[in-house]
Amino acid sequence: MSTGKNLRLTIEVWRQASPDQPGRFETYELDAVSADISFLEMLDQLNERLIKEGKDPVAFEHDCREGICGSCGFMINGQAHGPLRGTTVCQLHMRHFHDGERLVLEPWRAQAFPVRKDLVVDRDSFDRIMAKGGYNSTRVGNAPEANSILVGKETASKAFDAAACIACGACVAACKNGSALLFVSAKNAHLGLLPQGAPERYRRAVRMVEQMEKEGFGGCSNTLECEAACPKQISTGWIQRLTRDYIRGKTVEDTGEVAESGGG
Amino acid sequence: MALDGKSPTGPIEGRWAKRKADAKLVSPANRRKYSVIVIGTGLAGASAAASLADQGYKVKAICFHDSPRRAHSVAAQGGINAAKNYQNDNDSDFRLFYDTIKGGDFRARESNVYRLAELSANIIDQSVAFGVPFAREYGGTLANRTFGGVLVSRTFYARGQTGQQLLYGAVSNLWKNVDSGQIELLTQKDVLDIVVVDGKCRGVIVRDLRTGQLETHMAHAVVMCTGGYANVFYLSTNAMKSNVTAMWRAHRRGALLANPCFTQIHPTCIPAHSEFQSKLTLMSESLRNDGRVWAPKKAGDTRRPEQIPDEERDYYLERKYPTYGNMVPRDVASRNAKYMCDEGRGALGLRAVFLDFRDAIKRDGKHAIEEKYGNLFDMYAQITGDNPYQSPMVIYPAPHYTMGGLWVDYDLMSNIPGLFVLGEANFSDHGANRLGASALMQGLADGYFVIPYTLPHYLAGQTFAPLTADHDAAKSALNDARTRLDKMVAIKGDTSVDRFHRDLGMVMLDKCGMSRTREGLAEARTEIRRLRDEFWQRVRIPGDAKGFNPEVEKAGRVADFLEFAELMVHDAGERNESCGGHFREEYQTPDGEALRDDDNFMYVAAWEFKGVGETPALHKEPLTFEYVKPTQRSYK
Repeated sequence: MSTGKNLRLTIEVWRQASPDQPGRFETYELDAVSADISFLEMLDQLNERLIKEGKDPVAFEHDCREGICGSCGFMINGQAHGPLRGTTVCQLHMRHFHDGERLVLEPWRAQAFPVRKDLVVDRDSFDRIMAKGGYNSTRVGNAPEANSILVGKETASKAFDAAACIACGACVAACKNGSALLFVSAKNAHLGLLPQGAPERYRRAVRMVEQMEKEGFGGCSNTLECEAACPKQISTGWIQRLTRDYIRGKTVEDTGEVAESGGG
Repeated sequence: MALDGKSPTGPIEGRWAKRKADAKLVSPANRRKYSVIVIGTGLAGASAAASLADQGYKVKAICFHDSPRRAHSVAAQGGINAAKNYQNDNDSDFRLFYDTIKGGDFRARESNVYRLAELSANIIDQSVAFGVPFAREYGGTLANRTFGGVLVSRTFYARGQTGQQLLYGAVSNLWKNVDSGQIELLTQKDVLDIVVVDGKCRGVIVRDLRTGQLETHMAHAVVMCTGGYANVFYLSTNAMKSNVTAMWRAHRRGALLANPCFTQIHPTCIPAHSEFQSKLTLMSESLRNDGRVWAPKKAGDTRRPEQIPDEERDYYLERKYPTYGNMVPRDVASRNAKYMCDEGRGALGLRAVFLDFRDAIKRDGKHAIEEKYGNLFDMYAQITGDNPYQSPMVIYPAPHYTMGGLWVDYDLMSNIPGLFVLGEANFSDHGANRLGASALMQGLADGYFVIPYTLPHYLAGQTFAPLTADHDAAKSALNDARTRLDKMVAIKGDTSVDRFHRDLGMVMLDKCGMSRTREGLAEARTEIRRLRDEFWQRVRIPGDAKGFNPEVEKAGRVADFLEFAELMVHDAGERNESCGGHFREEYQTPDGEALRDDDNFMYVAAWEFKGVGETPALHKEPLTFEYVKPTQRSYK
């Protein structure tokens, strides 16, 4: 379980006091980082030291520290959430680094995610997209009996794969266009695949994509960096589905057809 | 003073129907004239906000995260119970009710628990309608699994991420109402106090975490859904920011706090690795469906598990509890792990035991195990660097859930009119121990199906003074919050907030954790007071409270934990019996099981605040059991 090893590390951290002030990198030397602790616990230790020295601790977002709340995330040496595939930065442990390594920590860089302080960015743009279509228009109280609508195991499982997105923003940060398409397409697929979300399938796609564009996210760069960076390994295949749904939705908007779907 | 829980009377199956039939209504046209503040956007908060908004009330939903989807309900893994009887294994509302009352060691209110069981099935319907991708069978119907303390399969799940999916379902409905303008969503606001006007709860004081500004928000009623207080132990499975502040501040304003010593230590967590550990990670109870728990038979056996032959392994839960085996309730499983370690029989010489999948993999194949628990196995491997497909998990109990909370009546209203408390933040349904997969059920039952009936009844029966933040009570609450923040920031001592939190956690885990003694609790009280005094002299908060400053947020939370902890220890010291998760070493059966004292302690202990460091006043709500006869709990 325990490696018992200690590492010496040099870390360069982006320090920016507030959104309207310029930022810069600051370098810190850490001489005894246990290889057993997590990346954020390493920053906790640094902060404990900074507080003792009367300095301002490094701000970073975090909460559950088990990879599910989606709060945490920053770039480590240019990689969103660091070098380990399918892993949020809170689940990244120091045993994956070696003695003497130099690490550069930066916040997500994207127009739609303004930096608030140090490694913390504002991701409200994601929620404004969700509020345009990330739901089924059902009221509490009028749900049919759960087994009255059958959902195939494969369909439920695919919907789950898409629903696993934690909205951390790594996909946006990893994309050179700052595109949010992986995030939006995952939500669109999760709801649209299930029969309960099918009636709004096309309307949802159109409304979410339009809000996404309004927020200043870029178009798809086609490099699939987003999938590589995603801690939940969401597939870029969903982007094709979103594009189809969006086009269908726009087409019927123009022709006055009714766009409803039987799902799938 | 004896407290009245206002449970309806008559046959238990008809009580909720009776309560609903008696409830007053607000006409659809008048609902928009009422505003409700919902604090917290976890399962209870998101579902309450959405349900009330769907009815037409104006709702302000407040959370401290940057997005409602990050509330800690998101981390619940294993599942949610519902008495659907889809497995045809003789499940029913009554059986779920019975299991929950017994699992809670006869310290919960029968009427509330029956209602919970009654509402459980509809939660599944509702969640499916919102798009929750539960596990399914090939034929398209919903799948189930078993959880601890029961003999039926009634747990619905979405891989190991059931909480996440249920929360996204509830939050999606919240977003729908944000879209339509029915809900105003206020993110990154910490609730620092409640406002009580003419004896009614009419608002909250919040601190905007981005700007540092203090704000007053007024409404006709406040619904508090702020989760539990397990972070009083510092190391727990709770998220780092989960806290007691809103609950504690309401307590200081007069809300009674009930059974704070009823805390749950979850048996299967990844043990702490070092002093820098910031939190503990749970491994879902569902793993005990297939994993077998064992410890070496010999004390001091530090061999790798593969090197320990079967005859030298003690599958102690299967040995001691043949009927329930590895699926005993959490308190029993945790206590037994502790006993193994106390006897020097910890896994690898650590304070830990093994959770072994060797036999399940041999029986069902690796693929089947991966299907059920894949993400949990991955998480384990990520954290520990070990592969649980090859060698057993090494686990130990950790603080996880808190059954205690603000006292509420059957309508989920606290003793302050207009202050409703839902989900883990109230004390109501789980008694002295919560069964697995019941927290999600309670949060959503409260939010989807209780509050939409009881809160309108309250509103319809009141006449309200006009809403204004200029009221003296609001101004004075705002002023109190500001003074306290300024005082804290001005200390500029030499010790970090985290240091105090860690020290408090050590005291609580050691003296008020899995087992407690009269002497230990008295020592804990002295320690807590010393830490609290030291905090107010030596804490160092860098910067000021004017802008975004995570250290200010943490400091306020730890300051409240330092006050709350004393009440928890007091409650544990006054309850001279063992029940559920509250284990007083002085009170145990010859087999080391919890020994209740029904003659003297069959009551809810609801405490009234009398000042920091002062002895709180006890109000008792007697518990009566008409349907489940209290017995010595047995899982043998």
